[in-house]
Amino acid sequence: MSERKIRIMVAKPGLDGHDRGARVLARCFRDAGFEVIYTGCHQTPEQIAASAIQEDVDLVGLSCLSGAHRYLFPRVVELLKQQEAEDICVIGGGIIPEADFPMLYDAGIKAIFTPGASLDSIVAWVRENVRPDF
Amino acid sequence: MENTKKIREGSVRTASRLIRNIEDRHPEARAAIKKIFPHTGGAHIIGITGSAGAGKSTLVDGLISAFRKKNQTVGVLAIDPTSPFSGGALLGDRIRMQKHAEDQGVFVRSLATRGAMGGLSKAAGDAIHILDAMGKDIILVETVGTGQQEVDIMHNSHTVIVVLVPGMGDEIQAIKAGIMEIADIFVVNKADHAGTAQLIRELKNMLDMAHIPDDGWRPPVLTVGSAFETASFVENLNILSEKIADHHQYLIHFNELKNRLRRKTRVEIRDALRSCILDPVLADLDARGELDRLTELLINKESDPYTAAEEIASRYLRKIPIKQTKKGGIVR
Ligand code: B12
Ligand SMILES: Nc1nc2c(ncn2[C@@H]2O[C@H](COP(=O)(O)OP(=O)(O)O)[C@@H](O)[C@H]2O)c(=O)[nH]1
Ligand SMILES: [Mg+2]
Repeated sequence: MSERKIRIMVAKPGLDGHDRGARVLARCFRDAGFEVIYTGCHQTPEQIAASAIQEDVDLVGLSCLSGAHRYLFPRVVELLKQQEAEDICVIGGGIIPEADFPMLYDAGIKAIFTPGASLDSIVAWVRENVRPDF
Repeated sequence: MENTKKIREGSVRTASRLIRNIEDRHPEARAAIKKIFPHTGGAHIIGITGSAGAGKSTLVDGLISAFRKKNQTVGVLAIDPTSPFSGGALLGDRIRMQKHAEDQGVFVRSLATRGAMGGLSKAAGDAIHILDAMGKDIILVETVGTGQQEVDIMHNSHTVIVVLVPGMGDEIQAIKAGIMEIADIFVVNKADHAGTAQLIRELKNMLDMAHIPDDGWRPPVLTVGSAFETASFVENLNILSEKIADHHQYLIHFNELKNRLRRKTRVEIRDALRSCILDPVLADLDARGELDRLTELLINKESDPYTAAEEIASRYLRKIPIKQTKKGGIVR
């Protein structure tokens, strides 16, 4: 009883309407025993950061298949930092060329998952890396 | 002390973390609520209930806009069910309210039921106190999709809105059985659908038969059309927000607010006692393996639930004389 329930927000930044992956992920996180807040599509980084803070999540998962991740992902990390919420971990997934990984990691994205990534591997990563202190 | 101050100054981070601590039963959470409690009582608490998919979240979104137009600050608690299989939860109410995400005057927090059966979460009562202490003028509490029994919302709010949609057939039966009694305002939602006129007629008939005194509050029946016809939806939601304000005035003028507060407080005391008395007893029994032992005894019919409970009660509650019933007997 005396432990944290992991809370995750799955968000879709930008104008990208490919929401299947995000929905699959949200359900998979629920089935793994996490509490998942899904924001729906077309979110600005500002909306995502504000919502993550209001919901006190441990992890924000950004899903982007449109190609705009180079701007949108780092922006979410930056906004969280500005609001003294840099302890919230940000990861991402979708159509992301490997060439972009270094700049995203440099910007503070903690992990990236691309098509074909197994749901088990994603859940395992969360269990390994997201350990909210009590 | 520090945190109380931060919450009263409106710190979203501190407030949300405290709600989390309540949910996770962090040992420090209780102390924080003790400090916050004196600073509560200023908000108008509004419950929104109705079956899944009735449009509750969409209405909450519209109500936020209506109250913000009047410059009132708004806190929202949106409750969705925890999966009994995984213990996880998919909290989707927020999707409908995202246009307010950046508005500093609005704070939306999703809560999972975590096994609570009454349509709310155990943390809801304390979470309401936290939003109240933050100085929110209005607190909207959206329950899980309810059937007939989940009426906890009435113990936690001043004004209860029951949302119905036409064409659900036996919906009205369900309301008669429980939800009906708790409604202060009825909303017939999705009034663009067939069956609206009939639903309104049935509701009004039901209210006619309820013998409401002349100076009493007769729950108004409001209709809200399609959420996608923006102008009329906004207009309908303004009317709803006015009715909500009317009801608040009624409660104040007829001293009903105090009655509701009393009712809410009783429930709070009961819940707090449960967590101070019953929970530690259960935890202690569990830790000593006694719960397992008792379970076996009962399964083997070597004892029964009442004898077992009385024996335990007399052991833990030494100060209170426990009425012990004889085995198989009845106390008269
Ligand atoms: C299905 C699909 C659609 C459907 C979307 C339905 C829906 N509601 O989701 C429809 C037909 C609507 C569609 C439309 C378009 N699409 Co399309 N679509 C696809 C397709 C074939 C599959 C996507 C999918 O659903 N995969 C299944 C899910 C489960 O996988 P996933 O999202 O990748 O998620 C996995 C991982 O990436 C990862 N993941 C993803 N997000 C996240 C987030 C986190 C936090 C984590 C941990 C992991 C993670 O985990 C998941 C499990 O492995 C892809 C091609 C492809 N093979 O990916 C093109 C694709 C994404 N589409 C593309 C395009 C161009 C379009 C359109 C612009 C086409 C057009 N010209 O109109 C439109 C734009 C729509 C819009 N509004 O944004 C391009 C994008 C190109 C690019 N980025 O450079 C792709 C890559 C096709 C291509 N090869 O050109 N599309
Ligand atoms: N036709 C119509 N659909 C609506 C209306 N309000 C909400 N909906 C839709 O009903 C579904 C459920 O709405 P939601 O607000 O999430 O319901 P909740 O489960 O009661 O919170 C969504 O698909 C909404 O878009 C309405 O006034 N008219
Ligand atoms: Mg809802």
